[in-house]
Amino acid sequence: MSESYVRNVIEAALLAAGTPLPVAELTRLFEDSARPSAQQVRAALAALAAEYAGRGIELKETASGYRIQVRRELAGEISRLWPERAARYSRALLETLALIAYRQPITRAEIEAVRGVRSDHIIERLLERHLIRDVGRKQALGRPILYATTEGFLRYFGLKDLADLPVLEGTDPRGALGGMTPTPHASPAEGSEAV
Amino acid sequence: MKHKPDLKIVVSNTPPQPATPQAPPQQVEMPFAVVNGEPISQLPRDLYIPPQALEVFLEAFEGPLDLLLYLIRRQNLNILDIPLAEITRQYIQYIELMQDLQLELAGEYLVMAATLAELKSRMLLPRPRLEAQADEDPRAELVRRLQEYERFKRAAAGIDALPRLERDVWPTSAQLKERQLLGTLPQIALQEMLLAFKDVVVRAHMFAHHHIQRERLSVGERMSEILATLGESAGFVPFQQLFRPEEGRMGVTITFAAILELMREGLIDIVQAQAYAPLHVRATNPGRLLRVVSDQTQAAAAPAGEPAPDTRLPARADEDLA
Repeated sequence: MSESYVRNVIEAALLAAGTPLPVAELTRLFEDSARPSAQQVRAALAALAAEYAGRGIELKETASGYRIQVRRELAGEISRLWPERAARYSRALLETLALIAYRQPITRAEIEAVRGVRSDHIIERLLERHLIRDVGRKQALGRPILYATTEGFLRYFGLKDLADLPVLEGTDPRGALGGMTPTPHASPAEGSEAV
Repeated sequence: MKHKPDLKIVVSNTPPQPATPQAPPQQVEMPFAVVNGEPISQLPRDLYIPPQALEVFLEAFEGPLDLLLYLIRRQNLNILDIPLAEITRQYIQYIELMQDLQLELAGEYLVMAATLAELKSRMLLPRPRLEAQADEDPRAELVRRLQEYERFKRAAAGIDALPRLERDVWPTSAQLKERQLLGTLPQIALQEMLLAFKDVVVRAHMFAHHHIQRERLSVGERMSEILATLGESAGFVPFQQLFRPEEGRMGVTITFAAILELMREGLIDIVQAQAYAPLHVRATNPGRLLRVVSDQTQAAAAPAGEPAPDTRLPARADEDLA
């Protein structure tokens, strides 16, 4: 079994499947007598990724496996294939999604405490799009529903896992209080000047 | 709050300052527009601003925190040292403007206006030294919320910037012509095999030949025989003993049917000492034995020690009713 054979099979499989394929599934494609190890499959994937450098497509690892995708730089041209524009996400929706992604599991009340506005409709829409899901109930008064992101969310945004999210600035074990307790500038003397 | 908002706050970015309507335009101020070569630094008095334009502007805010953050950032104010009086004034102007435009204002905006007013008053009051939180600035909680909100506003932008499937990237696909159907051989469970065998047996039954013969046994006859047997023993007879296995399935079934029929007629009792114990059968009234025999078999056997049929029948009917 030659290296190029393994690489070709994997490439063809990723193109034909239309969904991300994990290494285990790629390994299973081969005949028993010619089955490469997981390590060999990974090596072939790396070789493919290197081959695609400078091409119109790229190899991407997402939460549910590897997929071959069109390069982002070509989004403008390629999207003309489908005259319908992809749905734009409102800022409200993105804010809510960000809170759930970084703070999961989180309740609606906790989301609204940060955003300062009601968010139930937006949560509803995120649920409809399968970007988030209900993962249980918080052991608190009223047993509120806890929300978390789905694997679909990771796949949609091309993330391997949640650690792959952009770093949240000001991350502090003390949470949001990290920025301000007590305020260095806000002495009573200065405060009076503000009024 | 009765003071009507000044529209200029919204449409111009100049910091609030005393209006100078009489100031000569060609001087100090930067012209904000040039019309027909003439610099214009003042809004025409009859300038009409369509309310929809403001609506669009105001609806761009995601809530009171967003609006407040905008007011602070627009003026490059230090978020940790917000000039409360000024910000509160500007905030309330926006709120009133929205109300003037009959925008449906979310309650949260009004709550924030009240919070700001409350903070402002607390800043004005001298704070008692003994207060537990004497050190904390009254604005701290608000600032904390603003910072927290701003963090997630940025995080939202970060998520928005991620390449998104079918917006920024597309999964590729290739056609596979002549797809081979590679059927893997399924595992067969024993149960499935038994089911298959059952089907075969059922089908085999359909081909079976039947030779139908008139049954020589009759339920009525068997009833008589059973009653006779019970009469002879004049006590309990084991249930099993009433059957004659050598007669085969049909005979056994007839016997069983006869027993059921006798039970229905109330002519026999079936008893069981305890659960799962052997069943025993006895005649309820040996005296009535002959009567039934005569009824069923139409035999002209003389009723011995029994009343005449005419008087007997109503009595039976009463019994049945009871």
